[in-house]
Amino acid sequence: MMDRYTLLQKIGLYAAIAVFLTFVLLPLFEMFMTSLRPTEHLFRSPYVFWSKDFSFDAYSKMWETVPLLGRYIWNSVYIASMVTGITMIFVIPAAYAFARLEFPFKTATLGLFLGVNMFTGAVLLIPLYRVLRTLGLLNTYWAMIVPGVAFLIPTGIWLLRTYLEKIPRELEEAAYVDGATRMYTLRRVVIPLAVPGLIVVGVSVFIGAYAQQFLFAITFNQVRELQPLPAGLYEFIGYQSVTWNEMMAAALVGVLPVMGIFLFLQKYLVAGLTAGAVKE
Amino acid sequence: MSEAIDRHVAPKVDRTKRRVLPEGVFAWMLVAPALFFIILIVAWPLVETIRLSFTDARLGGENYVGFENYNDLFTDRRFHATIVRTFYWMFLSVGLKLVLGLIGATLLNAAIPGKGLFRVLVMPPWVIPIAIGCMGWLWLYNGYFGLLSGMAQKTGLTDAPFEFLAHKTSAFYSAIVTDVWVGTPMVTLFLLAAMQGVSRDLYEAAWVDGAGRWYRFRRITLPQIMPVLVSMALLSAIWTFNSFEIIWILTQGGPRGATTTLIVDTYKVAIGNYKFGEGAARAVVIVTLLAIFSLVYLFFLNKVNKRFGGK
Repeated sequence: MMDRYTLLQKIGLYAAIAVFLTFVLLPLFEMFMTSLRPTEHLFRSPYVFWSKDFSFDAYSKMWETVPLLGRYIWNSVYIASMVTGITMIFVIPAAYAFARLEFPFKTATLGLFLGVNMFTGAVLLIPLYRVLRTLGLLNTYWAMIVPGVAFLIPTGIWLLRTYLEKIPRELEEAAYVDGATRMYTLRRVVIPLAVPGLIVVGVSVFIGAYAQQFLFAITFNQVRELQPLPAGLYEFIGYQSVTWNEMMAAALVGVLPVMGIFLFLQKYLVAGLTAGAVKE
Repeated sequence: MSEAIDRHVAPKVDRTKRRVLPEGVFAWMLVAPALFFIILIVAWPLVETIRLSFTDARLGGENYVGFENYNDLFTDRRFHATIVRTFYWMFLSVGLKLVLGLIGATLLNAAIPGKGLFRVLVMPPWVIPIAIGCMGWLWLYNGYFGLLSGMAQKTGLTDAPFEFLAHKTSAFYSAIVTDVWVGTPMVTLFLLAAMQGVSRDLYEAAWVDGAGRWYRFRRITLPQIMPVLVSMALLSAIWTFNSFEIIWILTQGGPRGATTTLIVDTYKVAIGNYKFGEGAARAVVIVTLLAIFSLVYLFFLNKVNKRFGGK
């Protein structure tokens, strides 16, 4: 009853949503349309939206224009997966400690982690460059993985902690009464129960890791074969004759892995973030 | 449930000689690896940045120069302009993100058919790498072949191709639009989540009393989501202040410095020109300004909350 809308209100709502979604999706839609336009059409001024000869040619030609495209996409997926895996190894125990245990300096330590959100990598680039050089990691995958992990740990802890707090304590207490050690309880009772939450946090971290590959890549890595997609494509933007249809095709193909994961798991993701956001 | 655990746990443990780690020790064992990592990659470089800011470090070597870098900055007019520009950039962009996010969340929260689909459709700008989205915008802003300039010419707004990123004012506002585009989906999503956490009983009670939609929004929704809204505002402000990729890809800080924010300036000096010391001084200024901003924000937040009896 309360949620009933009059016809006029409904029309208004849909119209407003249409405007909002246009703003959000227009650039992506135009990227897709650009990828379909033949080159002659592309460089026609003034701009013409419709073309009679839309084609998917760019999607086959892009592999020649950007010879390392497959490599870039693979690098992106590899770096994001490594970042996700390592981040989770750090995050799971720490999040559990913050969710369940009492220990000295708990609040201060949590504050320290969240304080990391204050900095983006850009502020710390100079010493980070030197740290990575000292460790001999410049121009390797690790130059992009290590800082990526550091800046995702805080968010991961924050999200997973909220999730773990919702698991009933009784199960852990039961295990404890049965004589299980703390570590055993964590490994065999808590982690299996937290799998849905781990997936949500893992996917969020993966998306974050996929998204943040630009800055560290252009700063800490000069090896073309190791560049992730955004940095690899960015190199072409400066050229005199950018074949934009192929660039857009390459960009769209390159985000397929992360879009696929997102679409596959979006239900859990939204639910998980919702749970995390409401809590505090 | 407990049977399942019995089967798992009981046979493997010897109950007679059992030593349980103290809670505090165990907790620190769990937290220590993550903490160590953060200290190595974030905290220590931060300290190192502060030290470097008192040197003239370059590729070759470094000498202690005292406050020289800071003196240079504080007397540099262009740097003052950059600070002002950065705050203007932050306030405008965050304001737009919050307003659009609030509108978007309210729309997506409406109980209408298709809302599930709409909620998914909002998210792509958040999911795809920022750099990729910016390449799309770069093409949109192209004066000769881009959609926006084309539309402007068709509708008669301009009669010649308009290069959005080539003029000082338009480049700045174009960068803002792109930044808002990147940031709005996340704000929308979190506000939507907060709205869904508001108890339906409140709305029903108000509805029974004859309160209209607008009244319910103002008196129930807004106060209830306020905690999430204010923390989103702060987080969003910090990210926008530090936003680098968008400006770098669109304009690299140009034309003639019109889109150079503090972070872009720092990057140019430190990484572009290898003036590590001068760059570090700029980084310290950024961190200090952000810390002051956050403290002031939290201070006023506290006051406002007290005055209005909020949580």
